[in-house]
Amino acid sequence: MFVLIVGAGKVGLNTARQLQQMGHEVAVIERRRTRYDRLVDELEESLIFGDGTEMWVLEKAGIARADMVVAVTGDDEDNVIIAQIAKLKFATPKVVARVNNPFNQPMFDLLGIDATVCATTTMLRLILHELPVHKFVPLFSLRRENLEVVELEVSENSPFANVYVQDIALPEGVLLAAIIRAGHALPARGSSEILPGDYVLCVLPRAKGRELIKVFLPEESAEELEKESELDTSEG
Amino acid sequence: MHVVIVGCGRVGSSVALSLVADGWSVAVVDDRSESFYLLGEDFPGQFVEGKALDWDVLRAAGIEHADAVVTATDGDNTNIVVAQVAQKKFGVSCVVARVYDPLRAELFAQTGIRTVCPTKDTRGLMLEAVRSCELPTEA
Repeated sequence: MFVLIVGAGKVGLNTARQLQQMGHEVAVIERRRTRYDRLVDELEESLIFGDGTEMWVLEKAGIARADMVVAVTGDDEDNVIIAQIAKLKFATPKVVARVNNPFNQPMFDLLGIDATVCATTTMLRLILHELPVHKFVPLFSLRRENLEVVELEVSENSPFANVYVQDIALPEGVLLAAIIRAGHALPARGSSEILPGDYVLCVLPRAKGRELIKVFLPEESAEELEKESELDTSEG
Repeated sequence: MHVVIVGCGRVGSSVALSLVADGWSVAVVDDRSESFYLLGEDFPGQFVEGKALDWDVLRAAGIEHADAVVTATDGDNTNIVVAQVAQKKFGVSCVVARVYDPLRAELFAQTGIRTVCPTKDTRGLMLEAVRSCELPTEA
């Protein structure tokens, strides 16, 4: 595969290194002169100096034959535009863009950039996962499929405790995918019993979160819990 | 008629003043409060301080009932992105964006944004000016 990466920051550089190690061909565009000078000995002719939102720079870097374009500059508007140019002008088969500020995620969604990665959101989720107070933790989302993977912690008095999977009335579209018990993942069969202390992994359409909370935590205010589990990304 | 103008530089501010004179209701958005002096002290429109990527800022400027949106910040990509948000999120049909880069101006014109490219226009005017100069004929 030939992958064109725009932005040679930490993310871009490490992506390039990794892909090269895996035997892929990469080209990396960097517009900061000092950053370019520092990296050119390592990346040699794979590193191109210029503004990756300029079409002639993208063309010089070989966008026309790229199997994938990765827009990982520090600027969200630029990443949107790079992704759009790749799709609109060059029909690049696969385009991935970085969301620097999670606040801008709806803008990427609105403008049709369906494959996005946001380090802040991902880290926040992983940190919340480590917080013992959360019984309902969104682990990650598959944006393109509009699905969410959440982890539920089953306490002693949970409606899921000491219940067989087949007896749980899950909201439609919610899949109980696995039971995590003492560090092992078990398949969630109809005949599997959920025990206190287990963690349950569910895959669900994003809009079903509230319904699942109502089933799993009937005694708590779903609104409050959902609000709590929603990431506060209003400040960048 | 209500228009939201994003970017209060020389162009944004003078477009704002002209549309006010035409009878429009005008809101100007810029993230630098000091730039609003270009509108003059008795500017009858509204100014909203904030980043135009923030949809709440656009809402505060009345984009939900706007008939037109003009983006004239100094960043091409910001102008294109905000113009598309105006179109796709808020359903504004008349969206005008300044785009210095002729190639991006052409590409995003295809998505229904009225792009204005000063680079291309200036180049044409300058060439015309040079070509129409009366030069001393070579003896």
